[in-house]
Amino acid sequence: MARGRSAAEGNSLTLLYPRGFWKWAASPGVLWLIALFVVPFYALVSMAGGSIDPATGSAVPQWNPAYWDRASYHYVFEQLLSPDGVYRVVFLRTLRYVFAAVVLCLVAGYPVAYYVSRLRGRLRGVVLALLVLPFWISYLMRMLAWVGLLNEEGLVNRLLMGAGILQDPYPWLEGKSITVIFGLVYGYVPFLILPLFAALDRLQNSYLEAAWDLGASSFSTFVRVTLPLSKNGILAGIAIIMLPMFGDFYTAYLLSSGRSSTAMIGNSIQSLLQETTFGYAQARGAALVTVLALFVSLLTLYYIVSTARSTREAARA
Amino acid sequence: MSAVGNLLANPWRKHRFLAVYTWLYIVWAIVPVVIAIGFSFNAGRSRSVWQGFSMEWWTGNPDLAVFNDPVLTSSIRQSLILAVATMAIATPIGVALALGLARWRGRGSGSANFLMLLPLVTPEIVLATGIFFTLVFLYPFPNPGTLGQIVGHVTWSIPYVVVVLRGRIFGVGPDLEEAAMDLGAPPLDALRRVMVPVLAPAIFAAFTIVFALSVDDFVTSQFLATDLNTQTVPMLIYSSGRTAPNPALNGTATLMLVISLAAIGLGIGGMRILARRQGVRAEGSDMASFRI
Repeated sequence: MARGRSAAEGNSLTLLYPRGFWKWAASPGVLWLIALFVVPFYALVSMAGGSIDPATGSAVPQWNPAYWDRASYHYVFEQLLSPDGVYRVVFLRTLRYVFAAVVLCLVAGYPVAYYVSRLRGRLRGVVLALLVLPFWISYLMRMLAWVGLLNEEGLVNRLLMGAGILQDPYPWLEGKSITVIFGLVYGYVPFLILPLFAALDRLQNSYLEAAWDLGASSFSTFVRVTLPLSKNGILAGIAIIMLPMFGDFYTAYLLSSGRSSTAMIGNSIQSLLQETTFGYAQARGAALVTVLALFVSLLTLYYIVSTARSTREAARA
Repeated sequence: MSAVGNLLANPWRKHRFLAVYTWLYIVWAIVPVVIAIGFSFNAGRSRSVWQGFSMEWWTGNPDLAVFNDPVLTSSIRQSLILAVATMAIATPIGVALALGLARWRGRGSGSANFLMLLPLVTPEIVLATGIFFTLVFLYPFPNPGTLGQIVGHVTWSIPYVVVVLRGRIFGVGPDLEEAAMDLGAPPLDALRRVMVPVLAPAIFAAFTIVFALSVDDFVTSQFLATDLNTQTVPMLIYSSGRTAPNPALNGTATLMLVISLAAIGLGIGGMRILARRQGVRAEGSDMASFRI
């Protein structure tokens, strides 16, 4: 319905306004995105295919695809694929961290989103506002808060020692996987809750009551009604938190003292690009970014396809 | 909802459990930040052990306090400069793009719509790196630095403006403008005197969201920075969060948080007033849904 209306709107207003008016209105934005989104992608690929400028000893982009140097890609793929490659270890670790964090985000976020979606009245507004609040607090500040809490002498260690669980302070911030995964969950779960809430909010109580009337237990109501009907919200939420997690380098850096034992792929990119311009470093960084972008766009494609499929299934049912 | 309805609606049946769980979640999400804010008033140097209340790290210490350390004040200034400039550039471009994309039919409009959505599914590190190489090696102007950071933030913000505006544009429909033109208004007047006021709440929301995006941004600012003068508050937290020996860092983060919450409160308030004037109920979820 919305589509039909927008098409009709487009048509009637196209006739009323001067010819080409809307194209003209869109053009600054379109040109901006071409100059600063499309061209940067090309610059990235050109840098990845760049070679060393003898004058400076640093890599420079090669703008002509015919002369692209494959050395950086070769290096990146070698380090990604060979059994003892530097990036292979880091990439597998990133996959583990992101997977664990996404699962934990779902466990932490789904009940919250479900509860708010069933609330009515004034309380609903209050709880929603509190759930949105972390959006307005800088991500880095939220991580900083945990740096203070997880210090050797921080509140977490003192509480655990006070409760007799720990004898000595645990070095949470000295390159511990559990801390980085926890940080990712803490940082990203608010972004998962909102799309989940939007999906669960559309779920009508009458469906649940119908399942109940037909003799379903509360568990099977959840598994066979609630969960399938919120599938698109789950997928959207996962996509929203997963994409930035793959590029994240600040969570691991702040929560593990920059130790390499917990470095994620974002940290490898950051150090290649920002620590030196000498030699192939930046070209290799660009190649690694390109590979990451490709990987992430495959995930996005999978998300689009599976959302389309489950929407189709829902329409048929 | 009746107690029975409540029970039925809840597959776990113990709905108390869900309520407790949700409130524990909220405490977990917010209290650590409150504690970090509290430590900016610590009397000692520690950011983990409470040593009594003082204003030492806000105003007391002549060199290191929030208002006395030039590195700290400069990072707040830089964050605000970027946010205001990004608002001023990204919002008009985004509003025009949203209107254009909603109504432009014909060759290229489909690809423009697609192009607009792409930054939303691109990890920020990818876009930031690309813009960095473009500014360094291809364009003579602008260079990395404040202008480069602004350019990066604008690119990142435009799609959000379009998403916020688009809902409102489709919600309003073409009737008001057609009526205005039937009554003899030239098209540009219909746009300026009918559409812009009708879209005002959404434009306000867009301003607010762009401000919040820019103030919170870390990756783009970091990749397009040049020196200490282009350091923003999130960059400051990144570079000294692990090592900073004193609570003035918490104070700087707190001050930035207060400024941005005030700006956002102003934005939400303004949006509500504008919407009420038109007799439309402002949807809090308009603001909440921006990242979806």
